[in-house]
Amino acid sequence: MLPTLTNTVALLAARVPIPFEAQTTRLAEMLSLPATDVQNAFWTIAVGALCAVCCSLAGCFLVLRRISLLGDALSHSVLAGVAGVYLVTGRVDPIPMLLGAIAAGVVTAVMTQFIHKTALVPEDSSIGIVFTSLFAFGVVVVSHASHVHLDLDCVLFGDLSFAGINLHPTFGWLVPESFRTLVPTLIITLLLLTICWKELRLTSFDPTLAVTLGFSAGLMHYLLTTVVAIVTVSAMEIVGLLVVALLIVPAATARLLTDRLSTMLWLSCLIGVSCTTFGYFLALRWNSSAAGLTAVVAGVELLIAIVVSPKHGLLGRLVRTVRLRIRICAEDVLAGLFRRQERSDAPDTLVQASLSECHILAGNGLLAGPAVRWLRTRHLLQQVGSVTSLSESGLRYAQSMVRSHRLWEAYLQENFNLPPDHLHDPAEAMEHFIGPGVQQQITEELSQSAEDPHGRAIPDVKKQGVN
Amino acid sequence: MTSSDENEKPAIFDIHDMTVAYDRRPVLWNIDLTLRNAGLVAIVGPNGAGKSTMIRAAMGLVPMVSGSVSAWGSAIDGQLRRIGYVPQRGSVDWDFPISVFETVLMGTYGSLGWFRRPGRVQRDLTMQCLERVGMQDYAKRQIGQLSGGQQQRVFLARALAQQAELYFMDEPMAGVDAATERVVFELLQSLSDEGRTIVVVHHDLRTVTEYFDEVVLLNVRIVASGPVDTTFTSANLQATYGGRLSILDTMAEAVQKQEETE
Repeated sequence: MLPTLTNTVALLAARVPIPFEAQTTRLAEMLSLPATDVQNAFWTIAVGALCAVCCSLAGCFLVLRRISLLGDALSHSVLAGVAGVYLVTGRVDPIPMLLGAIAAGVVTAVMTQFIHKTALVPEDSSIGIVFTSLFAFGVVVVSHASHVHLDLDCVLFGDLSFAGINLHPTFGWLVPESFRTLVPTLIITLLLLTICWKELRLTSFDPTLAVTLGFSAGLMHYLLTTVVAIVTVSAMEIVGLLVVALLIVPAATARLLTDRLSTMLWLSCLIGVSCTTFGYFLALRWNSSAAGLTAVVAGVELLIAIVVSPKHGLLGRLVRTVRLRIRICAEDVLAGLFRRQERSDAPDTLVQASLSECHILAGNGLLAGPAVRWLRTRHLLQQVGSVTSLSESGLRYAQSMVRSHRLWEAYLQENFNLPPDHLHDPAEAMEHFIGPGVQQQITEELSQSAEDPHGRAIPDVKKQGVN
Repeated sequence: MTSSDENEKPAIFDIHDMTVAYDRRPVLWNIDLTLRNAGLVAIVGPNGAGKSTMIRAAMGLVPMVSGSVSAWGSAIDGQLRRIGYVPQRGSVDWDFPISVFETVLMGTYGSLGWFRRPGRVQRDLTMQCLERVGMQDYAKRQIGQLSGGQQQRVFLARALAQQAELYFMDEPMAGVDAATERVVFELLQSLSDEGRTIVVVHHDLRTVTEYFDEVVLLNVRIVASGPVDTTFTSANLQATYGGRLSILDTMAEAVQKQEETE
């Protein structure tokens, strides 16, 4: 690190301007931290963010095309590319190495397809075969050329923590060295997305349609793979082999949170940036690997998304289940009160019940209380003193429930040829899901619909238009 | 249909001596099929008869071992823009983050070509197509939230947006309720009334006479093809569904193993 530091100092003396220097200095004063620390942090976060955005954008399409493993493969075969360039040129120059790595990525994609198509190997196995072979080739060359400094640590872990220190003059500005690869990479990625947006989406969603409409799905596949290779290579400098996490996890997390492709893209960028940023701060705090912690943060964010995701999330599912259960319990109370009224000596007067009787009708479980509250807030139950009874609308609701129940029993009886003791339970379950439309349909289908199989009248609520 | 008068205008669609093989094993043998009249055409045959394969091969999605396919008198490769293909519903990922509207809009991409973005014209057309299948209220839904019948209608709307003159549809009635089936057939009928030709892989023998003008009976080879009245006979059905020709099976295996039979 030392030579670059002195280098930076020398350049500072030569007054090459650093973007945002005034802002970072002011922030340092506010936090009363050394100005260089804040500046380093700023540039490290910027590099991490740039890296995360490139990875997330490309990663979304890997996830949607179900070729996530390709990201893993590309990150490994990079070593073969670097080693290959070394074998040919005998030198370790950054630009040829970068080109070699990208070439290795493209070779991986092509060979994967070739082996998959010709040797009748499933695609995932074929990816596994290609990238492990290429990686192994790289390992052999690197270990043979031990006198040359090919930094394996850098390949494996990247250098996110130091990315903000190596400032180099670029176009008259002093910015982190990795900007030289990351900014062009981002531009290439954005170009692909804007120019080929329609084609990318079409070939990702329905390659068959794409072909019949005259678009080459294969061409788009290779174009995307090349861009992913470029992204992988430039991001590996920063986060090492864990680039896979940055490619896949933010995209997968964003997918859980939205059903729109454009939203998924920017959301995954946001998630990716938060991963590298939090990862960097945690690494500072615990003096650990920034790339490693970036991946850990990504994993944690995915877990959170699994829990809170609105449509597919565990929390959403739990809430929906509880809501349904409350409604079912509440409807059981209504139906129970209605039946009691029906059996009483005066079926025309509203039956009265105590609160605890209502709770019993609701199954007396955890949800009995909420169920009764559910009924009261909807004014389906009315309470006078300690006595509860059905309200006018509650009575109609209850009639409809019991009607559904008995219609279903009659329907089962007619179509399923079941013994009478098999009718009640399925109807008890089904009554909560039968709407007026199906009630109507069953009524029309049944030959006689005035009574259920147990000989009780099926209450008619058609005129009141309940539910 | 089988008569080939030299002076007649070129057939809408013509398959000449097509053989298709998977892993060298032939699954379709020497298919000859000519469609001269616009209308509704059913392809009927038992499971494994190669119905889907036949239209996939005709569209160039599956390589042919031999034979040629032409439309309106010239090779089909150059005519794909005038032809719409509706694959089976299971062929795409319904979890894909895309709305009903965007899916149908894809039908217009063929006329746009590379890089050109859909504009007002394409959007209006998409909405019209959605209205025609009665799905306009679902335009903004993600496709995974639809029922099977609704998904099928989205596929049909997408095909409509292609504004093709010849359609191949792979089992548009599979997993569809009776109400949707009616809607779909009315739609196909109206397409046919507009002078288009719709070739449908069909499973339900009971509805063939009711809905279709012509029928192709297929069981790894063409058993018969022509107007429903004269072709959809019990003798032809017997020949189609009465089991495979066992010699064809033996030969398919021999070709696959590249061995001579005993």
